[in-house]
Amino acid sequence: MRTLVHRALTGIAVVTGVLTLTFLLLHAAPGDPAELLLGPSATADQIAAGRHTLGLDRPLATQYVEWLGRFVRGRWGTSIVTGRPVKAMLGAAWPATVRLTLLSLLLSYGLGLVIGAVQAARAGSRLDTTISVVSVSLVALPGFWLGLMLVGVFTYLLRVLPAFGSAGFDADFLGPWGRFLDSARHLALPLATLTVIGLGAAARFVRGSVLDVLEQPFVVTARAKGLSGTRVLVGHALRNAATPVVTLLGLSLPALFSGAVFIEGVFAWPGVGRVLVEAVQARDYPVVMAATAISAVLVVLGNLLADLLAVAVDPRLRARDAAA
Amino acid sequence: MNGIWRDRRSAVGIVLLAAVLATALAAPLVTVGEGGVPADVVATRFLAPLSQDVHGSFHLLGTDRIGRDVWARLVYGGRISLAVGFLSVTISVGLGLLIGGLAGWWRGWPSLGLTALTDFALALPRVVVLLLLAALWRPSTPLVILFLGMTGWMPVARLVQGEVRVLSVRPFVEGARASGARPMRVLWRHVLPNALTPVFVTAALGVGNAMLMEAGLSFFGLGVQPPTPSWGSMIASGRDTLVNAPWVAAAPGVMLAVVVVSCTLVGDGLRDAIGRRQNAIS
Repeated sequence: MRTLVHRALTGIAVVTGVLTLTFLLLHAAPGDPAELLLGPSATADQIAAGRHTLGLDRPLATQYVEWLGRFVRGRWGTSIVTGRPVKAMLGAAWPATVRLTLLSLLLSYGLGLVIGAVQAARAGSRLDTTISVVSVSLVALPGFWLGLMLVGVFTYLLRVLPAFGSAGFDADFLGPWGRFLDSARHLALPLATLTVIGLGAAARFVRGSVLDVLEQPFVVTARAKGLSGTRVLVGHALRNAATPVVTLLGLSLPALFSGAVFIEGVFAWPGVGRVLVEAVQARDYPVVMAATAISAVLVVLGNLLADLLAVAVDPRLRARDAAA
Repeated sequence: MNGIWRDRRSAVGIVLLAAVLATALAAPLVTVGEGGVPADVVATRFLAPLSQDVHGSFHLLGTDRIGRDVWARLVYGGRISLAVGFLSVTISVGLGLLIGGLAGWWRGWPSLGLTALTDFALALPRVVVLLLLAALWRPSTPLVILFLGMTGWMPVARLVQGEVRVLSVRPFVEGARASGARPMRVLWRHVLPNALTPVFVTAALGVGNAMLMEAGLSFFGLGVQPPTPSWGSMIASGRDTLVNAPWVAAAPGVMLAVVVVSCTLVGDGLRDAIGRRQNAIS
């Protein structure tokens, strides 16, 4: 409980830090938001008036406090490019990102657990070596490139899966079953890309931690009792290897989210990453700031979730926590 | 360092990495032209790999939309991508040694402050910070190197801090202090050199990571700017011609994967070699 409160406080500190950093960078960067908002045809008077309305002529500390106050209360302004409220843009975006990353996390760790356990059980065999080579290569693939190649094969060559978006143009006219099928087809390529990238790391890590556990005395005891290899692996080794794996799961969330940013860009997946990339390309400052904050919040929440999971799978952590 | 050659994985990694580096350095010797736009674009565009154009020059990996030789651009782009990877990691290692070294050497609140800074920076999503920086400053190759360096030092700092903590109570450090050397000199000459070995592992993995990041940023037009070729920007330019000229985007991706795999193999081999040495000592 204490560590959890500690983690939550750290998380709030990180998000506040990100907001402050964003604010400071924005003011340190060349180019004036008022100029950007008004476009190249604005006169000096118009820019001065715009600066006054936006509060840019006031002391930096005042601006910061006011901006933070507005930001915390959810008044994020409107997009320079689209004129839409930033809150609406991101409100529509974050569920898509969470859906994509969580599904990919579950898939890559589910498959990684099986593959890594099989490798550890057959450590040193030709199968183990082959899988190791493949997983090292998977980790090394640039995600956006893999996405592009999958589009080349499945969209252009085989013509079986859509290359972009999260729903077809006719999605609104389909029945519930058709709509589900449509969204599954759109999810397939971005999800496969993210999963394949994460799978290599997951399998590598599971193999390592299962091998560590297999050397422990209690495994030798279990074997000596005459339990079958599979029972030892599943009942004893995998259960004890779960803690480091869940910890890595939390640690891999920022990386997963990072990967998702680029992959959402490639597949035009309507998530926070794509909003962020497009806003950065257009220098749409209000959107960039809010998307940065949302990303930080998602990463911090992910880490917290991993902590909770780690406690859930390992009773020893609960006991230690209670004693502390 | 000898152990690393005994490890087959790292030997493969070193050989691959050396081959790619040598090819990039010897670019004028292994390519015809620098991958610029030819005089007759229409006749030389979209040539398939292993084909000859009307002027009789051979194109190992074909040509792109405006007739540029993909192999030449791959080799010259490799110079940029590798330079970004290695230089940015050099900056990261420098910053990491400085911050981690001081955090491990000092006691009390300066150390706590530096540790908190490291933890905070580590918790930031790197891609998001990089995108933010790219949005604020017009991207260019030197800026990409600087930004990647500035967002990659934390693992090094953490590692160095731990090593310095352990080393600073060892007898040889005490001896150096007792002989009257100034504290900073002891840190620089006696402690940090001994903390370097594990840093190499992190650095090897960092190069691959930085190159992937550069490729991602350049892919979205936020890194190395065209017409300068980098592997990321080459993948971006091949995106539109994925249907009729898939080799333009495929080749740089394969090269990236080869280099990143090599870095991982070298890093893994190095880590095992250090482990073996420490086992042999203890």
